Order: sequence, then C-alpha cells, then structure tokens
Amino acid sequence: MIPLSWYLVVSVLMLACGLVGLLVRRNFITVLMSVELILNAANLNFVAFARQLGDLTGQVFPVFVITIAAAEAAIGLGIIVQLSRLKTTVALDAVNEMRG
Amino acid sequence: MDFLVAHFSQAVFLFLAFFSLGGAVGVVVLRQPVHAALSLLASFLGVAGLFVLARGEFLAAVQVLVYAGGVMVLFLFVIMFVNVRAVGKEAQYLRPLVPLAVVGGLLFSALALTAMWALGRRPPADAFPLVSVAGQEVGNTEAVGWILYREYLLPFEVVSVLLLVAMVGAIVLGRKPKEMEKA
Repeated sequence: MIPLSWYLVVSVLMLACGLVGLLVRRNFITVLMSVELILNAANLNFVAFARQLGDLTGQVFPVFVITIAAAEAAIGLGIIVQLSRLKTTVALDAVNEMRG
Repeated sequence: MDFLVAHFSQAVFLFLAFFSLGGAVGVVVLRQPVHAALSLLASFLGVAGLFVLARGEFLAAVQVLVYAGGVMVLFLFVIMFVNVRAVGKEAQYLRPLVPLAVVGGLLFSALALTAMWALGRRPPADAFPLVSVAGQEVGNTEAVGWILYREYLLPFEVVSVLLLVAMVGAIVLGRKPKEMEKA
C-alpha cells in the first residue's frame, strides 16, 4: 500500500514546478502549460484523498477540474493566436501597452 | 528480486512519480515550446498512471483522453501555428528573475509548511473508495457516475455550459482580423 504522504509529496513538487514556470517563463505558451501542471497537482491530491478517506467524491471533482483546464487552454491558446497576429511574438514582457 | 515483488506497487509508484515530475521540470526548463509540450505529455501520462494506482481508473482514462489527447493536440497545434523559431532565439525567462524566484520560493515554502502541518495530524486509516452501489459491486466508472449524476448534477450542467461558452469564445478569438471587422 502506498502511503498518502507519497502522493502529497509528488503533488506539492509538481505544484512547485508549475508555480515556478508560471512566474518566471517568458513564453506565453509555456506559462499556460505551467497552469496545467498546477491543476494536475490539485487532481492528484483529490484522488489521493479519495483513496485515503474511502470517499469517491474526490474522484468526481477532478472531472470538473479537467473540464475547466480544457476550457482555459482553449481560451488561452485563442488569445495566443491573436497575440501572435498582432505582435509577431508571444513573449509576455512584449505585451506592456497598459503599463502606466 | 523478492524485495521488488513485495514492494511492487511502491516501485511502480516511484517510477511513475519520477516520470511525471521529470516531465514537470522539463516544462519549466526546456527552451523549445515543442519540447516543453512533449515533456508535459510525459507528465500527464505519469499522472494518469498514478491515478490508476490510487484506484481512479475512470479518471486515468479521462486524463489520457482529454489531456494527452485533446489539450496536448491544441497546444501542439498552436505551437506549430505561432513562429517557433523566433521564439527559440529570444531570452527564456522574464527579466527580473531573482524577485520572481523569491516570490515563488516563499509561496512554495508556505505551501510545504502547511502540507507538513497537515501530515502531522494523522488522517483516518486507509480505506478503499466505495465500489458498491445499492448493495451491488460495481466498477469505478459506474460508481463515479452515480455520484456525478445524482449529487453533482447541477455543477455538471453548469460546467458543460461553461465549456460551450469557452468553445464559442475560442472560435471567436481564433478568427482572422478581417472576419472580425465584418462581423
């Protein structure tokens, strides 16, 4: 039997990777991928606790999370396509027109 | 060898965890977006394997179909669409890297401390998720379906409307500027 803490360690490390990618990467596409990593870490926690507590509700919520992630990816990538048409780049620090 | 047989699930867990975390690190450090996307794919598949180990077979299938199938294709499609070569030559990280890394480190250590604190409070003993509905043994998919469609029907419908809105939004965003003016 795999202890709950193993899952939590994997989850928190994956969250850290996603967080770092979200904060430091310059490429918009990679930033979106980091968001997917964070959502995956949350799903892993849900499933691990569902097994630990013997409650299948924890396997229902990842379905919602995956749906949200798909919607977010679709919209984010649509924005990237428009951005690349407008600026010919997807670097985040190139989009600074609203800076005061 | 006997040790490996006795701890087979642990060995598989470590392998899958290595796979998914290696993919996650690859997303952050790899320069080319295509490589990062493939690394993310490896991470998704590893997480699907971890779901199977935690007795979430249905979710593992959904993970492979939706993430590895749908979302990854979307990412790769957009990467091919945007000029990747121009992206590869530029700097990889945002300019003030140190403050950002410090903020990330602080957030991470706060989370890790919370996790440590939560782990100190012992959760109840290990139990298998319920696989019986109305006194009958059913598979994981059916059991998840019972909960999803009976207790969480409204959230399910709301999230499907959200998906529809996102789909329409993505189509509108993806149109060429000329078509936007006409509309």
